[in-house]
Amino acid sequence: MSALANAPFYVTTSGGYLLVLAIILPAVAVLAMLLVPPRHVARIAFAVMAAGLAVALVIVAELVGTGMALAYVVGGWQPPLGLALRADGLSAAMLAMTAVVICATGLFARFHQCLEPETQDGRAATTFWPLLMAIWSALNAIFVGEDLFTLYVALELLTFAAVPLVCLDGRAETIAAALRYLMFALLGSLLYLLGAALLYGVFGALDIHSLSRLDGGAPAVTVALGLMIAGLLAKAALFPLHLWLPPAHAGAPAAASAVLSALVIKAPVFLILRLVLDVAPSSAGPLAGQIFIGQILIGQILAVLGASSILFCSVMAFRQQRLKLMIAYSTVAQIGYLFIVFPLAAGTETLPAWGTIAWTGGALQLVSHALAKAAMFMAAGAVAEAFGHDRISDLGGFGRILPISALAFGLAGLSLMGLPPSGGFIAKCLLLTAAVTGGHPWLAATILAGGLLAGGYVFRIVDRALATPAVELVARRPIPRRLEAVALVLALAAVGVGFVPLQPFGFLQLGRPAVSAMVAP
Amino acid sequence: MSSISNPATLFGLCGAALVGIGLFTVIVHPGLLRRIVGFNILGAGIFLIFGAVARRGAGAGFEGDPVPQAMVITGIVVAFSATALAVAMLQRLFDLTGRATLEPPAPEGRPGSET
Repeated sequence: MSALANAPFYVTTSGGYLLVLAIILPAVAVLAMLLVPPRHVARIAFAVMAAGLAVALVIVAELVGTGMALAYVVGGWQPPLGLALRADGLSAAMLAMTAVVICATGLFARFHQCLEPETQDGRAATTFWPLLMAIWSALNAIFVGEDLFTLYVALELLTFAAVPLVCLDGRAETIAAALRYLMFALLGSLLYLLGAALLYGVFGALDIHSLSRLDGGAPAVTVALGLMIAGLLAKAALFPLHLWLPPAHAGAPAAASAVLSALVIKAPVFLILRLVLDVAPSSAGPLAGQIFIGQILIGQILAVLGASSILFCSVMAFRQQRLKLMIAYSTVAQIGYLFIVFPLAAGTETLPAWGTIAWTGGALQLVSHALAKAAMFMAAGAVAEAFGHDRISDLGGFGRILPISALAFGLAGLSLMGLPPSGGFIAKCLLLTAAVTGGHPWLAATILAGGLLAGGYVFRIVDRALATPAVELVARRPIPRRLEAVALVLALAAVGVGFVPLQPFGFLQLGRPAVSAMVAP
Repeated sequence: MSSISNPATLFGLCGAALVGIGLFTVIVHPGLLRRIVGFNILGAGIFLIFGAVARRGAGAGFEGDPVPQAMVITGIVVAFSATALAVAMLQRLFDLTGRATLEPPAPEGRPGSET
């Protein structure tokens, strides 16, 4: 209980209210949307998106300016009794990425809805906006929350907003997909809650900082962490718990797929990262040896699952006949890369986990995959809108009619394959270097094989785009340039991440305890 | 410290049993309504464990710890919302297809939509 003896760890910083704004703004928007007539709903969404983007950018600027994590202690009550919000470098990067993807998705959805003016104020179109805002609020809460129970509530809010997005069009298949998603997600959050209950039973605290300072109670902690991580894996759709993802993400409307694939499944991954990095090493006190073995074991299990995910789902993606299903399987494969980070980023006494190149690589993979996958789903949405279907074999030569979408798809594909210059290249290069230098030849081979397989399925589409069809493809309706441009901007952003190599390296470590503090007795 | 008649231990064991029953139902039964009930049993077990933790006063060293009770109340609200959402979607699925399971994975061309 040394945490209580010292000066409080959480002190509201000057920019701390920004974290509250990041959570509250979209939540207020949801409530406001319930009160206004349908035609004003999109207007509220755009006002809040502009404000939310500004808040996220100010948080990043504040973090860079002060070089310290932002924190806000709700109501002035110190944890473990009160709640705290805190944004370190990684959280701020996630907040900014989320804001960018949400704003792009909002624009895309609006342009998409404008294609059919008669349904523009219809139920599906109007319902989309409060769900998007609810997802944003829940994601921001997950990224800045410091209390495992707050995080549980935020995870559930995220699920409740994401599941209806899947079945927005109300067809029986999408409702079945949404129900399957809900079953996995509920099981996941209940396991997480059970783990939280066990942790509380052992430590009497649930805020991450207190947990990271406490030690003892090893078996219960191992069980609790195992339950929580297993629950989060079901939500993150890691192989073999990925079964719900492809039908859910492929059946959803294009804008919804983009948010679900790019952002929603990143939240549980982010939480696993926090648990393994901040809570698990925690207990490395008198029982250091025992705990470290447990942690290494968790890392290795996660890496094996991640590697299977990469290989199995890349092959599945290659075999799909429909474009959106292919992209959905590719999501599961790319999520796998985030899990092979754990053994690669195993920290030592002198070098904490977040100081390793594998960790930077993982964070970059998270961001660049979010941008690239959102771009890809939007491009696929434009294709499906233009031709009325997304059967890959019947799309020969779609690049002539939708050149911008084809370009966006190709650029996003660069990042998935890990070809330079792109964010994915930097990320996978760092991971590969870490695997080779750290003596993990199998993981290195998996990374390379995953890149080749990704090349296979991306080139299959690019080949279709550039093919000369026997029968000229005819677009069902003209697709406005601005709709395609949104996807292109996101794809360019994913490529652009590759031009800031090692710049985020320092930024991601902001707000992390210094090495010397870690090894202090 | 813990004889079996100690209320905290007893409640903890009951909670563990409920978690087991709920988990079994959720994993084994194909019927979605049963699974939803299973989730509720699983949730009830977890809340009971929270209650046992509170009774033991593990946390702040009080006689009875009020914090887990606050969490249980929040958890009940969340579980209620989850059940409502799941049941509403199941009702919709049943109206559209006449089945209440996910087992036949939506065969193509099934005459589904009446609306």
